[in-house]
Parts: sequence; structure tokens; C-alpha cells
Amino acid sequence: MNYEIIVVGGGHAGIEASHIAAFKGHKTLLITLNKKNIGDMPCNPSIGGTAKGIIVREIDALGGLMGKIADKSHFQIKMLNNSKGPAVRSLRAQADKITYPKNMLKVLEETKNLTIKEGKVEDLIIENNEVKGIILDDGTKITSKIVILTTGTYLKANILIGSENTEGGPHGEPRSNHLSDNLKKYGLEIQRLKTGTPQRIKASSIDFSQMQEEKGDEELWTFSFDEKATYDPNTQQKCYLLYTNPTTHKIILDNLDKSAMYGGYVTGIGPRYCPSIEDKLVRFKDKERHQLFLEPESLYYDEWYLQGFSTSMPKDIQEQMVHSLKGLENAIITKYAYAIEYDAINPLQISPSLESKIIKNLFTAGQINGTSGYEEAAGQGLIAGINASLKLENQDPLILKRNDAYIGVLIDDLVTKGTKEPYRMLTSRAEYRLLLRHDNADLRLREYAHKIGSITKKQYQNYLTKLKNIQECEKYFQQNKLKMTSKVKEKFQQANLPIPTTSLSFIDLLKRPEITIKFLSQFIDKTYPKEILEELEIMAKYEGYIKKAQKEVEKMIKLEEKQIPKDINYQKIKNLASEARQKLEQIRPLTIAQATRISGVNPSDISILTVYLKKEYGKNE
Amino acid sequence: MEDTIVAISTNNIGIGAINIIRMSGNESLTILQKVFSNKKINQAKSHTIHYGFIMDNNEKIDEVLVSIMLAPKTYTKEDIVEINCHGGYAITNKILELLITKGARLAEPGEFTKRAYLNGRINLLEAESIEDLLESQTENQTILAMNHLTGKTTKLISNLREKIVKLLSNIEVNIDYPEYLDELQITKENIKPILTEVKEDLEKIIKEAKNGELIKNGIKVAIIGKPNVGKSSLLNAILEKDKAIVTNISGTTRDTVEASIIHQGILLNLIDTAGIRKTSNIVEKIGVEKSKQIIKEADITILVLNNNEELSTDEQKLLELIENQNNIIFINKNDLPTKLKPIETNMPIIYGSAPNKKGIEQLKNQIIKNFNLENLNKKDLTYLTNIRQIALAKEALNNINNVLKDNEKNIPIDILTIELRSAWENLGKIIGEYYEDELVDNIFKRFCLGK
Repeated sequence: MNYEIIVVGGGHAGIEASHIAAFKGHKTLLITLNKKNIGDMPCNPSIGGTAKGIIVREIDALGGLMGKIADKSHFQIKMLNNSKGPAVRSLRAQADKITYPKNMLKVLEETKNLTIKEGKVEDLIIENNEVKGIILDDGTKITSKIVILTTGTYLKANILIGSENTEGGPHGEPRSNHLSDNLKKYGLEIQRLKTGTPQRIKASSIDFSQMQEEKGDEELWTFSFDEKATYDPNTQQKCYLLYTNPTTHKIILDNLDKSAMYGGYVTGIGPRYCPSIEDKLVRFKDKERHQLFLEPESLYYDEWYLQGFSTSMPKDIQEQMVHSLKGLENAIITKYAYAIEYDAINPLQISPSLESKIIKNLFTAGQINGTSGYEEAAGQGLIAGINASLKLENQDPLILKRNDAYIGVLIDDLVTKGTKEPYRMLTSRAEYRLLLRHDNADLRLREYAHKIGSITKKQYQNYLTKLKNIQECEKYFQQNKLKMTSKVKEKFQQANLPIPTTSLSFIDLLKRPEITIKFLSQFIDKTYPKEILEELEIMAKYEGYIKKAQKEVEKMIKLEEKQIPKDINYQKIKNLASEARQKLEQIRPLTIAQATRISGVNPSDISILTVYLKKEYGKNE
Repeated sequence: MEDTIVAISTNNIGIGAINIIRMSGNESLTILQKVFSNKKINQAKSHTIHYGFIMDNNEKIDEVLVSIMLAPKTYTKEDIVEINCHGGYAITNKILELLITKGARLAEPGEFTKRAYLNGRINLLEAESIEDLLESQTENQTILAMNHLTGKTTKLISNLREKIVKLLSNIEVNIDYPEYLDELQITKENIKPILTEVKEDLEKIIKEAKNGELIKNGIKVAIIGKPNVGKSSLLNAILEKDKAIVTNISGTTRDTVEASIIHQGILLNLIDTAGIRKTSNIVEKIGVEKSKQIIKEADITILVLNNNEELSTDEQKLLELIENQNNIIFINKNDLPTKLKPIETNMPIIYGSAPNKKGIEQLKNQIIKNFNLENLNKKDLTYLTNIRQIALAKEALNNINNVLKDNEKNIPIDILTIELRSAWENLGKIIGEYYEDELVDNIFKRFCLGK
């Protein structure tokens, strides 16, 4: 069998990679251990969240599937951080763990050029540091021009519950035993990472009356720019908030030595942002209680996810812990919390296109690159799929900059700084987060998508229409004034707003922090879609801040344009500090801008580097 | 675009007669235009010199000569502006700060030369020496910076950063984990007291920084007064030949340091205002206008009045000029009958007689006292010493003020974090204590959230 692109793994990264490659017309094989687990959500039953929700919007803007499928598969959705400002708003949906994979599989099966096959990959066909295909556990060889590895947590996975240690991935699926060893043999550095997931509780055994309800928004939302919301906000499911208590804390602290983490049974490095409950207690002794959330996993079975209670305690202790919680005294644990250890590669060995620096035509995306989270995986998968396709088409790769997208920040962080723990996206990682907003993901990315052919004509048209609407709306706001009649004054008074002394244009009114576009809308004789008004409001109100951020971006882009030749020999540059030399040698940044972001490379090293480049390569400029 | 850089390009600010401030980059002229009296300066031809004033809004800061050199025929191959201003720490620094607030960035050491090389102005051989120059900075930068800071200053700045990062990481946690309402929720109300405290601390550090400069470079003292009031004899009395270090710098301008003495460990640089010593036989004509200029250049001005005469109109004007500033009135000839009516002022008044050397010690003590520098060795002064550090501290203060201002206007919290972060980074640069993932590390150090 021969394919252009083979994608190994049917998780969120593999889905986007294989779909976009096939969409772009390349004969693609998606190979997975179990077809039923395509689009599986082995951990929390939600898509989106802070920063992550924006990644989903970006995926949608670039032609990915996650947003569209999440829109069809959730039973609760809300906008987070509405009050905290325009830059940090983000959607989160409670996605149904049955519906989401089902809807996803359907789309993939209907995708032209895409073949889905079950199988366990244990080795790659490598010739002269170039990948030529894959080898299955039964020895079958499948050839291709490009291979994309999206193996998630399945490389040499171990599940840990207390001192129990079993080989295998989530859901007791078999793990890949030899692939990571083989990658190591080919020159890839392997690191061991750890993550965890909390208990699942049988719904009928929970006393919800003891807990606080968490509802979805009444306002309708979609992740996708191309779909209209079709759900009924009144039928949304609730989640619940509960707390740990002194009894819970005593049980945990008394049994600390039995946990896999504290008992010393784990070697992998766990993420700081998803600490086990025993970690939380040890590190924050003074906190009297910790928040926990109960979230339904699906409408089709009655398991609930107990967020915040991740642990590597043995089963009997977990029983005691859960039963100590208010409302869970009689709870039945359907799945115990576990920690999982797995092999990942060192992301410093991949380039910003997500192609390996060691093996030609090998791309990697998702947890294998050291990240955590469905959205982070999907974002990388999409980029890997796009860049694999572009490579086959002899085109330059799509490298999103830090001011283009969270996906750009994510990949740049990975390949520039590496990671020692599973990497989770946070808004604070993005220095230009005011530019990387939920509302403008399409404005940021659809031109790129159109240029590289990763979206349909209709998707591009939707973007152009939005752009035109914004311009029209802006013009209206600039050209029309609000006459301060007694009636209008009264409205200002009612809203407790200072009354302008003269008639001002709508845009000038909108620039005032206290006046919202919603308030102004009542005086306008035209109607504009909600997202158009929102866009204009942000652009007007935060114009000064946005401009400032853009000025910073210009500086950075100037440095991004200063390319570092691939054949540069850092040993020949005298006077570089030795740490800087070593880091530059290892990471081999593509541009001066990337070099400035490497920790241990100081401004004076950058000075020396630019002077050297001018000296050695200046003639080419 | 490369940003526009600025630096004082003469050494020993405050001692020489003239200082040169050099600015390079494509915004040089735009920035100059914002502070120059001639608003058409941005249309000036290349390689021309212009006379005018540096203005801070409507206030004249200094009378200067400005050289305009347009790209590419300049040292850096960029547009260059050089401002020749009058020597003196206070003025030179004020102009530098003004240019920075209008958009220039303080140059790194060697940066003009680096640009000259990168833009192809100087050759390879010269470039080798720049590499060495940059290298020596790598080695010495941190050590040097650290030597300039006392352990206490470092700690003070560190504490301020700690306060800011605590607030900042709390905000970030509220943003990244909005469902965790158990964590302290940062609002308009609790931002204000925290940042007001930071602001006050920072203002104190900056004020003391100025004292630090004074300790290093000395206090520039000017003596003004109408003719024959006794300026010359006061100058001689202060200088007491045996203690005086007569420098004999013959300047081309009116503001020459005549001589310096050390009092209580502090260098007092006395300006020979219009040649007091040399012109004692000629009738002086120091008009009010000229006095204004002198007052501006000096760190402190002493107005000499005659106890034996009534206040003249000119003297009344001079009094108004120096009122409310850090200046002193010396009432001379108190051995003669008092004809001078009591003066209403908040400035300290010293009575004495210059020819009889009366009141001179009190006067010198008062100068030191005005700068809060008395008993220096007993005081626990903490100060920043170099211009770069002070500029960074001021930038940080500016950031904090902006956050406070925006906070009052109900600007959302994610927007506030932009300047708050800049403040924190600027302070970090002062003590060389900033790395890229510091904030993320802090978030996880301080808070405990997640699945």
C-alpha cells in the first residue's frame, strides 16, 4: 500500500492532521489502535476554556474540525471572563463523550482521500535519515512520502493507581511498546512525562442538593465562524461545585506515603497546573478547602467527572476520600483516578513547521511533543497536516507568528524553549494577547487559510462578508452623530451615564469607557449582527492599547525577518557566552527574533550574533 | 523599524561646560520637533546647525544648538540629531528624560557604534573591536550594574517587584481559572491601595536616586543678586582659600564652575555667575531674564539680599522666581542697620556678613540640609546611580501611574495587566532579574488549581 501521508494516532491531533491533508487533496491514511476511540476524550468532558477556547476558534478559522464538531456535540456552553476584558474572553463547552467522537468519525469517514485503518505501529521505515513509511506490530509495511506521529499518551504508557502499575494507555488500551525506543535509535531524545485524571462517579449515587449549580449561558454561542447555533439554551445540563473539607484533608495527609507520587513510584514529571489533590494539600497547607467540580460526561451514560480530585492514591483510600465529600457520602466510583506516564520527544528537536530536525519528512503533533490538552493537540495536528501537505506541494510551510495566533505562541514556545512538563496554554503565555482575541480569530487567520487552500470558498466568503460589514458599521459610526435631544439625554440619565454637552459622533461616544455599544444601538436606525458590533466596540474602545501592541509587534517582526542561515557555525563566533553558544547550537533558531526568546541568550549575545551575521553573510543582504 | 536611541555622549556630565546629547534613528527629527522651539526643525536640511530652546510644553528648559545630520551620510547611517546643551547634571538629564518620554530609547553601551557597523558605516577591522567591546560588556555588565547598586536598593526593588508580581499572578489566575472563585478576586477596589503603595515607594527611590547623583557629581550652587549686594565676597568667603579646589576651567559660556569645595563630604560646585569675581569693578547688569537661566542650570540658588537696603523691584522679581524651590536666601551685611523689611517666604533665610565670614557655615550647612544629605554617614541612603537605572525606575513609575489612572476609568483588568507587566519588567531590568517564564512560574508557585 502506498500513501502520500500517513497519520499515526486518531486523537485530536491526528484527526485534524489527516482531515486537512485529505481536504487538500492528498491521499492520506489515518491509522489508529481502535476506530472507536477516534476523537476520544479520556480526561475532562469539555472543549475550550481560557486560551484553549481561542485555539478552537483559530482551528476553525484555519479549516479544522474541532469547533464545528464541538458545536454539534455539547450540552452546555458559556463565555468565560466576560467581565475581565476583551482579550481574555473564551468559550468553554461541556462536550458529550459519546456524541463528539461519533460526529467526528462520521465527518472523517465522509472525507475524500482519507482512509481509516486499525493497527499498531511499532517502527518506521527510515532510509538515510528520511522516513519512508511505517511498520506495524505484525510486520506489515505501509509506505508514504510523509509520516505524522500523533501518538498521544500511548508510547510506553503506564497507568498508576497507588503502588499498582499497569502497562497500557487510557481505557486499558494496549500501548505502543517499541516505537519510542526505535525513535531513540534514530536519534530522537525521549523524555518521560506524567499526567493524571480524576475519578468518575455514578450519577444516581450523587446527592446534588448539597452542591452549588453551575449553568450555561442564556446567550447562544458557537465556536465555528461558519455555523449558527441550533441548541436550546434552556435544555443545557448543569455542572456542580463542591468543596473538600477537613476530613478529606486528614484522610489524604494520613495516607500520603501510599500515593504513587509521594510513595516514589512515579518517575515522570507532572504538570504544575494540574496537581493531584495530595500535591495541593502538601504545597498549600493553609488552605482550608479546595474547589471541586462535578461535570456530566455524556447524556448516554451516567458517569460524572470529578474535576479537581486527581490523585494517585490506591483505590481503598480513594473510596474514603470521595465519601468524605458533601453529597458524595454514598457515591459509587465507576472509575478510579489514575496517573499516566508516557514517552514524549524533546520538542527542541522539531522545527517551527513541526517537521523533525533529525528525520526528514517526519512530523509530530500533540502530546508526543510534550503538550497537554485536546485543543493544544488539535492545533498542532492541523499545522502538521497543513505543513506536510505544503511540503508535498513544494510550498513554504505555514509558520504562525506569536502575534498571529495562540497556536503560533504554542509552537514557538515548544520549539524554542522546550518543555519539561506537559505544556498547557495560558493566556499569560501570549505577550500580545490583546491582539489574539476570541472575536477576531477569523480576521487574523482566514487570509492565510485561503492562501494555502485549507478552507472552502464558502468559508472564505463568510470572512469577507464579515470584514465588509465591519467596515460599513465603522463608517456609519464615524459619519453619524448622536443628537442630544431631551429624549436621548433622558436615556443617558436612566443609564447613569454622564451626558455629553455636544452632539458627538457615535464612534467618539463608543470610545468612552463607560458607554457600551449595546447602549448606543438603541439610537441607531440600522441593525448589525452581534459579532460585528462587538468587533467595532473592541476596536474603538481599546484602539490606543491595540496600536501600542501592534507597535511592539512591528519591532518583533523586524527581528523575525532577520533570518539566521541554516549552516551557521556557532563555534566560529567568538565572544558568545558559553551558555548562549550551547543553546543556539541545540535549538538553531531560524530568525533573530526566535534567538532572543531562548532563555540563556542575553541581549549582548544577540548583539554579537547580529554583528557576526553582518560580517559573514552581509554581502547577501 | 529600528527604534530611535539616545544617550549623553560627553563624559563627566556636570563638570564640562557643554554636554552633547545624541539621538539616532528615523524618528530623531520627529522627537526633536516635539521638544524644540522651532517647530519646523523636522524640515531642516542635512548638516545644518540651529539655535533654539528645548521646551517642556511651554517651559524653556535650555538654550541650545542643534545639529541635524540626515541619513545616510552620518555615523550610524541613520538620521542623527545632536543637542549641544549647557553643562550641568540637572539640565542635561532633564533633556535626556524629555527625549525618552517623547519616544526615544536610552541606548545600550556601544549601540551607536554597533549601528554604525551594521549599517555598513565602519569596516571589518573596526567591527572586530566592537565584538571585543560587546564581549567586555557581557563579562562586566552584570558585575558593574551590581556594583552600582547597594544590597539595600536591590532589595527594595526586589520587594516592589514582589508586590507587583503577587498582584499580577493573582490577576492571571483569575483570568486563566475563572471558575475558581475561592481565590482572591482582584477588582478595581483592591488594585488601588496596592499600587498606590508601590507608587509611593517608587517615588521615594527615584527621589533618593537624585541624591545619589548629587553625591557622585556634586551640587551645583549659583549665587544671584543685584549688583554690589556682596555676591563676590560671599563667593570668596565660601571658598576660604585653603579649602578651595580652584579648577580654573575657562569656559566659553557663562556657566563655568569657578571652584569647588567639599562640605560634609559633599562636593559643592560654585558657578561663577557672569564672572562675579572678575567684574567687581564694572557695573554688573544681571537682568532678571539672565538670572532665570542661571537658576535653571543650578541645583540650588542662593539669593543675596542687603540687610541695609530696602527690597528693589528687581529683587522682588528674583524672589518670586526662586520661591517654592529648593533655594536659600542669604541676607548679607547684618552688621549694618536693618532697613530690609521682613520677607515672607517658605525658603530658609540665613543672616550673616560675607566680609566678616559670619553665617557662612550656616549657609553651607543649609545647602546640604536642603538636599537632605546631612549626616550622610549616619543615614541609610539607598539610591540608584546610573541614568539607565533611573530611567527604568521612572518608566516603571510611569507604568504604575497609567494603571492607576486607567483603573479609575473602569478599564477592564486584562488591559491593566499590559502596563502592570511593563512596570514589573522595567524594575526587573534594573536589578537584572527578569526571565521570560517568570510570570508563569509565579502563577504556579502561588496558586493551586486544575484537575
